Amino acid sequence: MTEFFDILIVGAGSAGLAAAHAAANATATARRIAIIDDNPLAGGQIWRGGPAKQQDQRARQLWQALEAAENVSYMPGTRVLMQTQSGELLVQDAEQAKTLRYNQLILATGARELLLPFPGWTLPGVTGAGGLQALAKGGYPVQGKRVVIAGTGPLLLAVAATLKERGADVVAIVEQASMPALASFAAGLALTPSKATQAIQLGAKLRGIPYYANSYVTTARGEGQLQSVQIQRKGAKLDIDCDYLACGYGLLPNTELARALGCEITQGAVQVDLWQRTSEANVLCAGEGTGVGGVDLALVEGRIAGLTASDRAKEAQKHFPERASWQGFAARLAKTFAPREELRKLAQPDTIVCRCEDVRHDELREQPSWRSAKLHTRCGMGPCQGRICGNATDFLYGWRPDAVRTPISPARAGSIITLEPHKET
Amino acid sequence: MADFITLTIDGRSTSVTTGTTVAAAIAIADATRPAPAVAASAGVTRRSVSGQLRAPLCGMGVCQECRVTVNGRAHVLSCQTLCMPGMNVKTGAAA
Repeated sequence: MTEFFDILIVGAGSAGLAAAHAAANATATARRIAIIDDNPLAGGQIWRGGPAKQQDQRARQLWQALEAAENVSYMPGTRVLMQTQSGELLVQDAEQAKTLRYNQLILATGARELLLPFPGWTLPGVTGAGGLQALAKGGYPVQGKRVVIAGTGPLLLAVAATLKERGADVVAIVEQASMPALASFAAGLALTPSKATQAIQLGAKLRGIPYYANSYVTTARGEGQLQSVQIQRKGAKLDIDCDYLACGYGLLPNTELARALGCEITQGAVQVDLWQRTSEANVLCAGEGTGVGGVDLALVEGRIAGLTASDRAKEAQKHFPERASWQGFAARLAKTFAPREELRKLAQPDTIVCRCEDVRHDELREQPSWRSAKLHTRCGMGPCQGRICGNATDFLYGWRPDAVRTPISPARAGSIITLEPHKET
Repeated sequence: MADFITLTIDGRSTSVTTGTTVAAAIAIADATRPAPAVAASAGVTRRSVSGQLRAPLCGMGVCQECRVTVNGRAHVLSCQTLCMPGMNVKTGAAA
């Protein structure tokens, strides 16, 4: 089955929805717009659970407008497998495969967490920080559970707030950034007053929860499931009993689809020009994919991309100053919360680094490169296709994953079989 | 809107509220499992290639740790799948 759209948007998070909204509104002659997303509900991570249910009224307004727009289709639970030819993607949902053709493609594929290996990180009960937040929003039982939230970045506070709201007992927040770095970041919030307000509101919600700066989790322990963690704090070790450890070291752009399409990548992010255009013709990118900056930057980038894709350059240009201001925030974020050196030393010889293929640190540290590691140990060759271990091995060993392989997500054989012979690449 | 959905997880009937993911339902079912069957708890979804028990990690469809068999279809990401009435879910916990 083949469907055609003037503008196809991959990702129904804040950037994708803003792009769709701008494109849908900007056109006198209605263009056909489609948004696809691999989650069952729109909203991405920040508005997980559906934009209609968010406190952020921007989410509700965007969604309401998009639902009312007759020229916008939305395909949830749909994953991109590969580009079949220029201007055409093969996708699959829970039941079937489809071919989607487009004139303009907007990538709004968001970010994932940097998850770093340490002893015990494979135990059930250890999740990403945003990971546990996402799971909890899907009904994961956290009520009455003792949770340690660890890693780095303002996300830890947002996670704590969500979990506390859902009845979790947050026993500690463990932030690896140093106190001076945090203080300077806090001072910088004055440049983005809405973020400063958010920080104060979060602070009030989280009163009473121990907050350890300049600290990090060294070990997770338990028999069959997590029972306690050990943290390094002020030169001393501290043991904390817990049911869940939510540990994430910041966010990284999802660039697999962009790379599969041949888009240039700079410092781990999709390279875009002022108009959010990538190096590939008719492919734009907005939101965390171009570099992590949060919801406000994602929204304005989405708007610019949507306007560019619908030939409204003049209107797009009006949003450049706002984008510049949020880019400043993003730069301060990256500087403050860069993961510290010591985190490279946490993995022990028997610590699993590649969780899909169970490849240990002592097997990997001898390898000269990502490619060699793949060939000799199967690291990165499991179902996540290096999405988790590729970032970890980059951090631990300085390896750069090479080209992405298609299909970019695990595909059913039946989906590949639907390809017509003349379209094989 | 406290609608309940009943599904089967590893042969046991479990009720969850509408909008719950399969990953969450597995953890909820584990929490109510009678001891001493709780050798593995905390929402185990699969067994790794070397036999370790694993549970969801990334929560957003990236890490593939949460994959289970749903209605006979293997490798379904439970964190991105909503529970449906009568769904039959098999995890790697019992295998």
